[in-house]
Amino acid sequence: MDLHFTPDTPTESEKLAVDSVLGPARSRWAGGARSQASEGQTSRGGFRASPGRDLLLPVLHAVNGRVGWISPGALNYASRRLQVPPAEAYGVASFYDLFALSRRPPVVARVCDDIACQLRGAEELCDHLERSLGPASAGAGGDDATWVRSPCLGLCERAPAVLVAGSGANPWNRVVAPAGAAGVGAAIGGRPTDSCDLQALSCSVPQAGSQSLRLLRRVGGAASQSLEGYRRDGGLTALQLALAKGGGWVLDQVEASGLVGRGGAAFPTGRKWRAVASAKGPKYLVCNADESEPGTFKDRVLMEGDPHAVVEAIAVAAFAAGCERAYVYIRGEYPRAAERMQAAISAFERAGLLAPCCPIEIRRGAGAYICGEETALFNSIEGYRGEPRNKPPYPTQSGLFGRPTVVNNVETLANVPLILRRGGAQFAAVGTPQSSGPKLFCLSGHVSRPGVYEAEFGVTVRELIDLAGGVSGTGRLQAVLVGGAAGAFLSPDELDAPFTFEGMRAIGAAVGSAVVMPFDDSVDLSRILLRIAEFFREESCGQCVPCRVGTVRQAELLERLRAGRPLGSLRSERLLLKEISQVMRDASICGLGHTASSAVDSALARFPILGGGAR
Amino acid sequence: MLWGSNARETHPIYFHHVLKGIRNGASLYVVDPRRTSSAQWADRWLGIDVGTDIPLAHAVGREILQAGLENRWFINHATSGFEQYREAVQPWTLERAESVTGVPKDSIRELARAYARAPTAQLCWTLGITEHHNAVDNVRALINLALLTGHVGRYGSGLCPLRGQNNVQGGGDMGALPDRLTGFQHLENDALRAKFERAWGCVIPPRKGWHLSGMFDAMERGDLNTLYVLGENPVSSEADKNRALRLLRGLDCLVVQDLFLTQTAEIAHVVLPAQAGWVESEGTVTSSERKVQRVRRALDPPPGARDDMRILFDLAKRLGHDWGAPDPEALWDELRALSPMHAGMSYERLERLGGIRWPCYDESHPGELFLHGRLWAQPRIGPRAPFGAVEHRPPVDALDEQFPIRLTTGRRLDSYNTGVQSGLYRSPLRWGETLDISPEDGRRHGLAEFEEVRVTSRRGSVVAPVRFDPGLRPGLAFMTTHFPDQVDTNRLTIDAVDPKSGTAEFKASAIRIDKMVPPEAR
Repeated sequence: MDLHFTPDTPTESEKLAVDSVLGPARSRWAGGARSQASEGQTSRGGFRASPGRDLLLPVLHAVNGRVGWISPGALNYASRRLQVPPAEAYGVASFYDLFALSRRPPVVARVCDDIACQLRGAEELCDHLERSLGPASAGAGGDDATWVRSPCLGLCERAPAVLVAGSGANPWNRVVAPAGAAGVGAAIGGRPTDSCDLQALSCSVPQAGSQSLRLLRRVGGAASQSLEGYRRDGGLTALQLALAKGGGWVLDQVEASGLVGRGGAAFPTGRKWRAVASAKGPKYLVCNADESEPGTFKDRVLMEGDPHAVVEAIAVAAFAAGCERAYVYIRGEYPRAAERMQAAISAFERAGLLAPCCPIEIRRGAGAYICGEETALFNSIEGYRGEPRNKPPYPTQSGLFGRPTVVNNVETLANVPLILRRGGAQFAAVGTPQSSGPKLFCLSGHVSRPGVYEAEFGVTVRELIDLAGGVSGTGRLQAVLVGGAAGAFLSPDELDAPFTFEGMRAIGAAVGSAVVMPFDDSVDLSRILLRIAEFFREESCGQCVPCRVGTVRQAELLERLRAGRPLGSLRSERLLLKEISQVMRDASICGLGHTASSAVDSALARFPILGGGAR
Repeated sequence: MLWGSNARETHPIYFHHVLKGIRNGASLYVVDPRRTSSAQWADRWLGIDVGTDIPLAHAVGREILQAGLENRWFINHATSGFEQYREAVQPWTLERAESVTGVPKDSIRELARAYARAPTAQLCWTLGITEHHNAVDNVRALINLALLTGHVGRYGSGLCPLRGQNNVQGGGDMGALPDRLTGFQHLENDALRAKFERAWGCVIPPRKGWHLSGMFDAMERGDLNTLYVLGENPVSSEADKNRALRLLRGLDCLVVQDLFLTQTAEIAHVVLPAQAGWVESEGTVTSSERKVQRVRRALDPPPGARDDMRILFDLAKRLGHDWGAPDPEALWDELRALSPMHAGMSYERLERLGGIRWPCYDESHPGELFLHGRLWAQPRIGPRAPFGAVEHRPPVDALDEQFPIRLTTGRRLDSYNTGVQSGLYRSPLRWGETLDISPEDGRRHGLAEFEEVRVTSRRGSVVAPVRFDPGLRPGLAFMTTHFPDQVDTNRLTIDAVDPKSGTAEFKASAIRIDKMVPPEAR
């Protein structure tokens, strides 16, 4: 390709970082040394000279991890090696929050200031860091550390949360949660403070030890520690059954189970698999582990606490759909989950368990909520900006690399071993006819025992809050956010609605990522709304106008209302907000824009806040 | 396969289509002495030594035969001269081809097998093939490969010389050739000529005329002393400019009809300002794929400029022939009556269908998507397609100790030929004329980039800044003719002409580079 580069050159350490992913450069035209003997009169070029554009994100991770930021010289070298136009590589690098394009200190503390952590002292933590390290994002290359604010880190049950990342030859990550000033300071200094060791996982699952658990049974226990432990616990039977009875049997069972996607869209899993199974190859499977919805942490707990079950499910699904490769796309803020999953995949490989299925590869996100949208996730894996594609075509027709693709989130897949072991019909008998099976719920905010809870579909919001020990804080409930930032606020008189797809729909809410986040009556809800609006403003990929402009207008408007300075009248502002929300719902490309106003809308319709009477 | 073509820069619109193909998974092979921007898109670039196209093509052919990948059925059914061809390629083993062309034999083998095994394959070339003293032989060597593999006359397979301008094909179609009348009808064929004479009511000279290099030879002999130049700039574009200038200045009468006051117009006795054909005139153009399309007038011409057609009509009137007022559609219909391959192309159809590819024999004929399909018909229609058992003849301007560097010429993306059409527009990519050399040669001569050097060939000498291009290897240099006012590249080139096509060997000159001596050191 005729690529055009700036004169910037990479440092040795940047080269090493890129080469650690791609191997040494062999061609002068792809970053290597000029050799008249080998390339004076012949050479390779074009797309076939590239080891694969999909390696761009791993390469950027390697550079950012080793050097702490991605310099123009590093970007040039990565672009040459991968034969990607440097402008496009820059577009990709600048898309993700975890990457820096200017020099910064080697240690970065990401402080979650999202809604759950807001309730638990995130602002106080930020104030403390500002005093000790200076303003957010401050600090040059010479300084030791800096800090930044972060959207939800998926550690809401242990709020407030901080993720500290250190760059160097051996890049490291430390989770501090719940985080206090001392713990963060120690983590920044490189001392072990990790409160999230494996044993602590059981504190993320308050029901641990209960006999009724299906999905969470192994989390934090011995059976999750090794493949051997998993096998002794009865794991791997689903894979054995699938291999013995064939892909058709798997499809039949999954269809009979009535399993629908747990990622929010509730699409029948069996139908998805069958569509891909009947398509011609090559085909792919993607496990969507880019769990980024504020208030959501169940997939993280599954991957950290029962990785072998997830890997087994991926293997079964890829086998049934005839996929030639499976990818697990894990959000960049989940280093522990990525480690545990990699260890499990390696164990499966060593045991030869993937041979009848397909290789499984982990790809790490780099800080972009939008990449949880399935088509944005495909673009991200392929080495493009994580911008969603138009649908149709749907992933089952044209997904990853333009091929038929099964894409399921972690929790959906985690149900598969249960289904195959007990039969689809038995699974279908659990829950309600339209919402079958067990379900994980993420309780955080003002509850006494935050964590991931397992219940059958049909459980009510009130029962879930009771399960988590009831409302904490003042003990007086003001509102409950269900489904995540893209979900809806419920008022205390709506708590008896069953938590099912149909039940939530009936009250104008959605299951979403099964977040249940109560707020006591001391919380300034308008501030929470503004934080949600700011979240969508930051996370809109900017590709389509309704969302790019709408999320900004929405946040501006809420700020005006909070400050008591409406443009025109309150009434005209509320009408404008409604109009913005309508445009985003009607005209955005993807779900982010469609739901960016739903929490705000639901709250304004229910509560007398921001100068308006409810309804 | 792009052979002797840097279409990425010289045919950028066409190359967009190539890129679409590449994105759809097509393979691209590029044969070019330079690793051009086109070559950078290729699965494999074969950087041949300038003027060794026939050895490479023959080695590819031999390798295809060795591997048994030739299309035996097609060869038997539709071609002639295969045995002679087989003998001609026999000496061109991969090893010998490597030593003559410089291309590693593995790459030649890869190209041969990829081309022969491809379900469909296009072989496209441009001036890298034809601006040689043996241009026609070069083309025939490529045609051989298509005949050998049956990559011709089928959808998706074929041979295509990429034309240099939007309407070069149309110029030839209309009869702007020394030996053809409109629609490629032979001038020296009495019956065909008589048809035109009847229609036009005049006598047409029964002998073919001169092509451009023939005209210069005729000027040299004194046989040609009046020249009417329409839309050409030979002062800047001819090889061996010193000679071209001398001959053009020696004419009794030189008339130039052009949009611009070109270097040629500057020495003309009469200059006729013309209108821009693509925006100020009505008519048709024909693209490389033989597609005839309508051109419409969108702008009023500047005062004083006249339509080409109008100038010819006015000239005829002064010479005593009143043709009336020019009417583009009426003229086109006259052409349709005389040229069978255009017969079905009424203005109405051209507009409705958005263009038609010739041949189009009547108003129910849709035009032809590709040519030579007859070769596959059973029984075969028309004559067999002949192999050409051509022989390698190296470039005329040989390298020696005095002139050790091979200079080849070409174009850059943002400039066109002698710069007449493109020089008026600003471009952020333009750096003026440079002598492009490899970084190694730059170091060897102790040069800094953009330092001016003296470039000398056996015919002339110019001063130009050097630029280092890593796509060049030691011993290979590149220049354009885009900036004749700055650097007269054609003072260096050789006018060794292919007798069959009349094209000069712009692509292969031998030069020497001398570091400039600072004035105070003289």
